[in-house]
Amino acid sequence: MSDQSRSDSALRKFFTDLTRAPRRIYEAAFRSGAPVTDRTRSGFVFNNVFLHLHPVRTHRWSLRWTTTLGLGMASTAAFLIALVTGVLLMFYYKPYPDVAYNSIKDIHFVVPTGRFIRNIHRWSANLMVLMVMLHMVRAFYTSAYRTPREFNWLVGMGLLVVTLGLSFTGYLLPWDQLAYWAITIGANIAQSPRELTDALGVTSVVDVGGLQRQLLLGSDTVGEEALIRFYLLHVMILPLLIGVLMAVHFWRIRKDGGLTRPADADERLEPRRPDVYPVFTEAPQKTYQLAAIVRGRSSAVGRGPENTVPSMPHLFYAELGVLMVTTLVCLALSLAADAPLKELANPGVPENPAKAPWYFLGLQELVSYSAFMGGVGLPAIAVIGLGLIPFLDREQLGSGAWFGGPGGRWLAFRSAAFGLGLTLAIEVFAIRFGWIREWYPHVPQLVITVINPGTILALGYAAYSLWLVKRYNSARSGAMGLFTCAMCGFVVLTVIGTYFRGPNWGFFWSPADWPTH
Amino acid sequence: MRQTTATPSSRLDPEPVARRDFLGIASLASMLSAMLLAGIGMLRLPKAAVLPSASKKFSVQLPESLPLGSPYVPPGRNVAVFRDAKGVYAMSLVCTHLGCIVKQAPDGFECPCHGSRFAPDGSVSKGPAPKSLPCLRITAAGDKFIVDEEVSVPADTRVQA
Repeated sequence: MSDQSRSDSALRKFFTDLTRAPRRIYEAAFRSGAPVTDRTRSGFVFNNVFLHLHPVRTHRWSLRWTTTLGLGMASTAAFLIALVTGVLLMFYYKPYPDVAYNSIKDIHFVVPTGRFIRNIHRWSANLMVLMVMLHMVRAFYTSAYRTPREFNWLVGMGLLVVTLGLSFTGYLLPWDQLAYWAITIGANIAQSPRELTDALGVTSVVDVGGLQRQLLLGSDTVGEEALIRFYLLHVMILPLLIGVLMAVHFWRIRKDGGLTRPADADERLEPRRPDVYPVFTEAPQKTYQLAAIVRGRSSAVGRGPENTVPSMPHLFYAELGVLMVTTLVCLALSLAADAPLKELANPGVPENPAKAPWYFLGLQELVSYSAFMGGVGLPAIAVIGLGLIPFLDREQLGSGAWFGGPGGRWLAFRSAAFGLGLTLAIEVFAIRFGWIREWYPHVPQLVITVINPGTILALGYAAYSLWLVKRYNSARSGAMGLFTCAMCGFVVLTVIGTYFRGPNWGFFWSPADWPTH
Repeated sequence: MRQTTATPSSRLDPEPVARRDFLGIASLASMLSAMLLAGIGMLRLPKAAVLPSASKKFSVQLPESLPLGSPYVPPGRNVAVFRDAKGVYAMSLVCTHLGCIVKQAPDGFECPCHGSRFAPDGSVSKGPAPKSLPCLRITAAGDKFIVDEEVSVPADTRVQA
């Protein structure tokens, strides 16, 4: 071969490679090829760092829409929307008192699409809180917290708390009257353990409340230090934390054997076809994971891949569908209603009524009797109680079915009636007749901290739930009663706090009855 | 009968804690304690040593025309200064419940946030507030008064101009 022809062929090869480069870059990134066979569909998932949080194959029961109602994915979708719009808002937002207010005003009135983006951010944040709560309700009523999913339930509790934290820290940033006074109240709730330490006379030695407040505000008033701290929490610390928790949460679903499903899920889907043979007929203590067959005690042990379908496309398309619906809802709400912006924060004149975000108004209602119990004591008891559920309910009956377990749907209904009735009765009593301070003005605060509508409700729910444990001889029935009562209490208190409380936190049937001031 | 003769130990016999295990555990423990200390050190940073808020001491000049028993609120301060037959006193207007600013009402003070009510002397008459509105230390300085928001005094303390 002559030199001439060799250089010709090298040159030709160079240009051929150049034209093939885009295709080869694509192939280098996505090695498994187009997801057209079961094998390449598997590779599509486990060769992708983001997708491999998912299982390669999904059980058909998990894809029924009544299994999850898509609530977990809707929470994630709302988070992603809030993430994107939040980053956009950071282009103009300036976290400094008064300047912050003006920058939000600029975003609202001057910045192209600013008002729309801020509306989407606000609505997606609210939607996320709602979806996370409903997702927890779904997981509870389908007993999805049971072994081996206890740890993921705890991660879920963490996600709920961080979600509320994200939403609450975002509330201060506009630096308007609403924000300023909600955060003043919030910071003083953080300080409210003083109510207890004062009553015990140990505040000068152990001042947990004062320390919490000072760490949150960086000062003793809500000012520039508080704003920069809330900003830091809102745009950096909490998003990082929630990202980590979300990754663990999703990955654990896969590791816990997919979503929970009833023991007879396979029969209920459809009888096995005669030409399909189970991979394991003797259910050996081995697991079929990816391609290896190994010993272990993970939840996939002894299970074959029957009745599963490739996650690509079945699961992913369902998830994308929920993402699109969530986006659509956010856009529609943002077109329908603007995010509020009140007057510039004024440290001398409180907003009247000064209301927290809606999901805290139930707590605000309790706080209007005792700051410590309503703001710290009862929420802590609620979070600890929720976290303990999977470790106290060790039963298996009814797992994966809506309202499964002894008592079932009827028990949930009766608990709801009891919870609604008790909460309404105590609220009506307290609104009509007032509380201890009005009858005996000189009673020690400790008495009110211990005996107030919140603690009476908690005790009433607990007693009812213990009775249910005895009546049905089942911890699940007790948990069902307690959870249902707590949810009803949350709803009743939130509705009263949102719609029936006006100036001076007085009770009003309608805002039209509010006194003019 | 138990064997009492001690077997001579050999360099090749397994040790109770293997040397490598010991070194591994020791280095892990030293790393964990170093990280713990570093963590505590980092947590020290957000706890401010100097609070950036304005001075809690300020002077007020009471208007000549201030009627007995009605409040004078110095601009930018959440404090009311009163003059009555016995002398001058200052009262905090920050609700002891959750820190909202109380307003004067016909029968004392009321808080807009959670409906606490206080008698004219600052004691709680209704609602969730756990403590009375504190009276603040006030001292006469010429024709002015100095109020210190950080020091509370008994409710019946009065100063003369």
